[in-house]
Formats: sequence, C-alpha cells, structure tokens
Amino acid sequence: MLTLKCPFTGALLDETELNCGGEAHRKRFGPGSSDEDFETYMFTRENPRGVHFELWLHSYGIGKWFIAARDTETMEVYGTYPAQTTEPPQEVIDAINAKHPGWTWREFS
Amino acid sequence: MSEPISALNHASFDGIAKVEECGLQGMITLRGNLKDKVLIKAVKDAAGQKVPGQREALVDGDTGVCWMSPDELLVLVPYTEVEAKLSAMNNVLGGTHALAVNVSDARAVFRVSGASAREVMGKVAPVDFSTDMFQPGQIRRSRLAQVAGAFWMDDDQTFRVVCFRSAADYAFKLLKVAAQPGSEVGVY
Repeated sequence: MLTLKCPFTGALLDETELNCGGEAHRKRFGPGSSDEDFETYMFTRENPRGVHFELWLHSYGIGKWFIAARDTETMEVYGTYPAQTTEPPQEVIDAINAKHPGWTWREFS
Repeated sequence: MSEPISALNHASFDGIAKVEECGLQGMITLRGNLKDKVLIKAVKDAAGQKVPGQREALVDGDTGVCWMSPDELLVLVPYTEVEAKLSAMNNVLGGTHALAVNVSDARAVFRVSGASAREVMGKVAPVDFSTDMFQPGQIRRSRLAQVAGAFWMDDDQTFRVVCFRSAADYAFKLLKVAAQPGSEVGVY
C-alpha cells in the first residue's frame, strides 16, 4: 500500500483515496503531428522496474493532480510535486540519485 | 415557502460514540486567491475569522472557515443567514476573481462524539487519527469508506463530518456500524 504526501495540503494520503493517472511528464502530440509522434504519445509507455514517475489525483479530497516519483520494485517514494511542473525538482532528483546512482527515465537522469 | 429539512432530520445513534446528524448548516464554498486582501475581508465579514492556513479549520459552533484546498475555503454560517451572508460576500468581492456559492442544501453534517470517537473515524477513513497527528483545529478531506467526506475536530472527543447530502444515508449507516456497542478496537 502506498502512502503519498500531497504537495498541496502536506497531508499523508492513502492509495485508496487517490486515483493513478498513468505516466507523468508526457508531451502531447495532437492534430498536425507526425504519425510516429502521435503513436508514441498515444501508446508508448515506460514500464520500468525501478524509478518511475506517475500522475496521481486526490479524487476523494481536494481534487488536484500531482506527480509522484517512486520505485516500482521497493515501493519507496522519492518525492511528490504539483502536476504543473515540467521536470522533476532538484530535491527529488537528489533523492533518487542517493538510491540509484546512474538512473535514467526517458529524458531524465 | 416549504420548510427546509436536513437530510436525516437529526437522526442519532448511541454506541461506543454518539453519532448525530447536525441538521441544517449554512455553507458557502469560496474559491479564489486566498492571499487576496478583498477575499480576506469578505471571509472576515461573513464568519468573523481570518483565512485559515493549510489544513486549518477555524470553527466555533455553526460559524467558521475551513481550508479545503490552496484555492478553496468552506465558509460556515447559520443556515438562516446564508443568503444574506452570501450577498454581502459577493458585494465585498465585487470584481475580484473569486466565486462564492451557497452549497448548504447539497451537504449533510454529522457529529461523532465520545471517548471512542477517534476509533469510529479510524474505521471509516484512511487517516492517522492518533492524538499527535490529528487534533482540533485541523481539517482533512478524505473518504468515508466509499464516499468523499471532510472532517475536523471541535474538541478532543468530537468530530464534525461533512459529506454530500445524497450520500447522507450511507454515511450515517456507516458511522452507526462503526460505532456499534462493543466494537472498540483500542488503537486510539
């Protein structure tokens, strides 16, 4: 069971009051984009064993989206931050570096 | 005008804690920039309180303000005064980018009180109710088993629980089962 700290309220949220919104930091390719870009946007997902970035919605609460950086293998949570963030904040990167030197996830490392 | 009646009209249950439906409560949802001076004044005028900080509930009886999210407050006023308070609030807010709506009839309010109140709440919400984690003056929005709800403590043995009116029957039955005599867990 995951417990995620909400970056908006500071409360520790239980997995059962949240909804997972899938992979975070996706870039949208809409009308006018190439078939390859659209296919990647639509279908291609990371499925790592280890560091992962996911969108979460506090659906039974304040109704805001945030991003959680966590480990899919150990269930450790490295940090959470608002969904209106285009790349992981430095303290989250530092926390991951401390456990997984040399980690990569899509364009982040 | 027909007479307004709350969802369960003061239904109550006595078990390891007392569960009561509180009756009609005036509630105004206010969204906007919580640092805005005009909004702060509107809240002060309506509820006589400052704008609460993160997860704070400043409530005295049926009047007060609860922090619902970084851009949302729940203003509590007596049911009979809600229309007057709302129009006064809208007058103060004027052209400010904010939204105030009367949601009194969309909600149900319960009171869970007694020495085992924390136990009862702990059975229905995935929240740490130990005394060092949850105290009077704090508000938490979470779920009550299968429905959304918000709750705060009026004093160390009393919770006030707010949920949607349409879920009032479910929430009351849920709290009733959680408060069954002899069902103390002994955690809190």
